[in-house]
Amino acid sequence: MNLKLIADIAKSLLLARWRQSLVAAIGVTFSITMFIALLGFMNGLNDLLDGLVLNRTAHVRLFNEIKPNPHQPINLSSEFKGGHNFIQSIKSSGSRLEIYNSAAIIKAVKADPRVLGIAPKITAPVLYNAGTIDITGVVNGIDVMVESALFFFKDYVREGDPLDLKNVSNSIILGKGVAEKLLAEIGDVVQVTTSKGDRLPLKVVGIFQSGIADYDKVQSYASIATTQKLLGKPNNYITDIQIKLKDLQQAPAVAKEYAQLFQTDAEDIQTANSQFETGSFVRTLISYAVGIVLLIVAGFGIYNILNMMIYEKMDTIAILKATGFSGSDVRKIFLGIALTIGLLGGLLGLLFGFSLSLIIDQIPFNTAALPTIKTYPVNYNPKFYIIGIVFSLVTTYFAGFFPARKASKVDPVIIIRGK
Amino acid sequence: MKKTVLQSKGINKYFKDPVLSQVLKDIHFSVDQGEFVAVTGKSGCGKSTLLYILSTMDTDYEGDLWIDGDPMRGKTESELARIRNEKIGFVFQFHYLLTEFSVLKNVMLPGLKLKKFSEAEIEHRAMERLKTLGIEALALKKANQLSGGEKQRVAIARALINDPIIIMGDEPTGNLDKKNSDIVFDIFKQLCEEFKQTLLIVTHDQSFAENTHRIIEMEDGRIISN
Repeated sequence: MNLKLIADIAKSLLLARWRQSLVAAIGVTFSITMFIALLGFMNGLNDLLDGLVLNRTAHVRLFNEIKPNPHQPINLSSEFKGGHNFIQSIKSSGSRLEIYNSAAIIKAVKADPRVLGIAPKITAPVLYNAGTIDITGVVNGIDVMVESALFFFKDYVREGDPLDLKNVSNSIILGKGVAEKLLAEIGDVVQVTTSKGDRLPLKVVGIFQSGIADYDKVQSYASIATTQKLLGKPNNYITDIQIKLKDLQQAPAVAKEYAQLFQTDAEDIQTANSQFETGSFVRTLISYAVGIVLLIVAGFGIYNILNMMIYEKMDTIAILKATGFSGSDVRKIFLGIALTIGLLGGLLGLLFGFSLSLIIDQIPFNTAALPTIKTYPVNYNPKFYIIGIVFSLVTTYFAGFFPARKASKVDPVIIIRGK
Repeated sequence: MKKTVLQSKGINKYFKDPVLSQVLKDIHFSVDQGEFVAVTGKSGCGKSTLLYILSTMDTDYEGDLWIDGDPMRGKTESELARIRNEKIGFVFQFHYLLTEFSVLKNVMLPGLKLKKFSEAEIEHRAMERLKTLGIEALALKKANQLSGGEKQRVAIARALINDPIIIMGDEPTGNLDKKNSDIVFDIFKQLCEEFKQTLLIVTHDQSFAENTHRIIEMEDGRIISN
């Protein structure tokens, strides 16, 4: 009803002590700026570090582990069904690396609404031959298009065109470490020998750098067809099915379900890389904690300044009350002052925080481990900005609440008599 | 028969700190419309305390009080604030203008709070009252740029803005020199005679009191002559 008048009085009081008000607002601005910049930077870094592994890791991976066959012949015999059979000296069987009926599995998985995409893969342990030296390694047979779409394969190919893997027959993309050891460059031909002794010359069409040096010393990539040829396997031979889900959190459940359904081993990302989630959770927690502490400190600043203002303005409060302003009007005036400081300080803080993020985003950041990164990573998630402004208003509201309540309870008689 | 604007019945008031002491004893009187009443008495006789009770700012008392025929007992804080806003105009010993605002805005504030008229109308009425008191030239000055006498006249203009049924003054000339005191007194007299304004002024200035219509004299918390 009288909001305009109350806002008017609040404005006048605010401007009458504009230096103090400015200091209070700067406190809020500073906290929000740091909050935004810190969270943006921390989360940018988090995304980067998580991406390093998570981007290239399937959410669920179907494969056949080398392990002893759980169905031993004696268990199938009707003669020994009744007892508990002790069998010794069982050996693991490696004959079942292949996923059987892979075409049907791929079709079934693709139809699952929880699945974002699926990439078949063959892992083949090999030896790279360089003169008299053999270097152990792994050739991954992949579908370049799918692999790029789901696992950002393209981003990690430093030299050459990843599509050549598909277009050039008998081609290979070497890991950076492997290429250095073999002294191989694009256009060269390297000899690759499988564990069975088959040898195939492959043309180098690219160099790959993942950011994890140990990985690059071992891994290289070829197309699925080339790998099948290398291993002497038919064109339905697949050892891994990598599945990317729409919701990462569903991975353990899906893995369990598929393991049962398709009679393969299934590993989910949480089991494979549990430490990454813990790391990013802790980092996020720390940045929120620091940001909120900054805001609470700013809140105390506002509390102090409003308290002082109320002592200075006792006469004003008394006269407002004597001329017909009620306690709740006075409370609204001082809450209005607090919220104005919070809103203006907060909005400026968002602006400065965004600017600071932009500046951080321009600082060069070159590291051999992260080939695709040129500057410090920053996350511009609007969520942080919304949290920032809401929190600045909430803090200033509480900082203003107690002084405002005190002001509303000022007894005009005591002030006027006291003169 | 004149209308009664203010009536008190059996008002007792105690101060509990530091020791229980009774400052007002069975105060019983009424003020009719158009009266110019002075309350006098020695310092500490309870006249200011009485005024604060009559003005509804002090609610810690025994007895009954009617303003404009309306009982004050049992009213909430915001209802009382509304009555002060609408029906009572105040002039204090000190001017108590808000230094953050211009003179005009100071006069307008209670009017803006009451919201009986539009803002333009309130501004017009405020200017009229400043003109009546001969200080319209000061309208746009800040309150702290004025002399003591001018400030007190602005305070009177502010008290008049909502056409109160009664104006209460607590030593309104107590802080002024002879010349300004006379000006303020003349204004009160003029308000009473020309506009039939009811006035209840607490003062210890005998010459001021003698020129009013009616003197209520207090001693030790009692009315001794009425």
